[in-house]
Amino acid sequence: MKFFFSSGHGACPGCALPIAVKNVLYALEGKCFVVNPTGCLEIISSQYDRSAWGVPYIHSVFENAAAVAAGIEAALKALGRKDEGHVVVFAGDGATADIGIGCLSGMFDRDHDVLYICLDNEAYQNTGNQQSGLTPPGSNTTTTPVGKLLPGKVGKKKDMVAFALAHGVKYVATASVAYPMDIRRKAKRAVEFEGAKYIQIHCPCVTGWGINSNETVKVAKLAVETALYPLVEYENGELVRVRKIKQRKPVEEYLKVQRRFRHLFKHPKGKEIIEMLQKIADENAKRFGLDE
Amino acid sequence: MECMIAKPSKGAAGKTGLWRTFKPIYHPERCNLCQLCWLYCPENVIDVSEDGITIDYEYCKGCGICAKICVKNAIEMVREEET
Repeated sequence: MKFFFSSGHGACPGCALPIAVKNVLYALEGKCFVVNPTGCLEIISSQYDRSAWGVPYIHSVFENAAAVAAGIEAALKALGRKDEGHVVVFAGDGATADIGIGCLSGMFDRDHDVLYICLDNEAYQNTGNQQSGLTPPGSNTTTTPVGKLLPGKVGKKKDMVAFALAHGVKYVATASVAYPMDIRRKAKRAVEFEGAKYIQIHCPCVTGWGINSNETVKVAKLAVETALYPLVEYENGELVRVRKIKQRKPVEEYLKVQRRFRHLFKHPKGKEIIEMLQKIADENAKRFGLDE
Repeated sequence: MECMIAKPSKGAAGKTGLWRTFKPIYHPERCNLCQLCWLYCPENVIDVSEDGITIDYEYCKGCGICAKICVKNAIEMVREEET
């Protein structure tokens, strides 16, 4: 029962990133070359002189993880060593949706044989909870602080699944750390496709979201059960599988356990935001047919 | 060149067991070996064998995910005593 991500790394107690990473590496049996842009995962696993990775690992700069992965893939192809492993990118949500989106678009466009995994913790948690493109509306971050006028982030969570689909990516899926076996199956399924693949994994952040260290899995599960984070799977542009929800919960249940949404229950504009989030959840449920 | 390569090793951030406030205590008599704790442990410190699980206290940060996820309550979180 070997894992390829060793213990004693520097993640906060209860961090969800190692759960996602260890299960992806386990599913691929360690046969991969990992590219990792700047972010939480980089600082917890590769401090100077030390490494927690049991697989070949390269740290790129913030914006070019997809380009570095494309280069590795092209080199493996040219050297005839493609059977040695899959090229996998583990990127944070900031590196995916904001800073690295140009290189990501280029990689998708050239259709390199790369599995791009976005570990979505919904803000720049490495530097202390700044807003990113994947931060949900109403979230309290240091760059969108709650005040008399503003109720946290204004705007929407960027739809990266639609972004990947618009590029004609063959395999696109979302997953959650609450379901590790689902992550393993999706990682295994993804590498069966030739060309670019995209998986987005929902990873709650203990310090940024303001949750207890033992509630990581519970919060991730609530996000799926309220339909705010639908688990979907697209193959060749078509929706093939979704995770059905038996009894959909109201979004308040997900919001009230987190410090970053605490203000919504007393802010004058809070009710409006909660209604908006509920509407997003209802739309997700309708669009993907989540209700059983 | 040899010294330039960081070898994968345990404890990339030192002995992380020192961070612990609560310690997971395993009760083998309640365990049904479902391996959920092994699946979810962010620290990879849980090892499963036929006789039950073992926890590597040198690196366990005591986050409590294993105790929360266990359906049989076979893992109990106890506050660390000062030594």
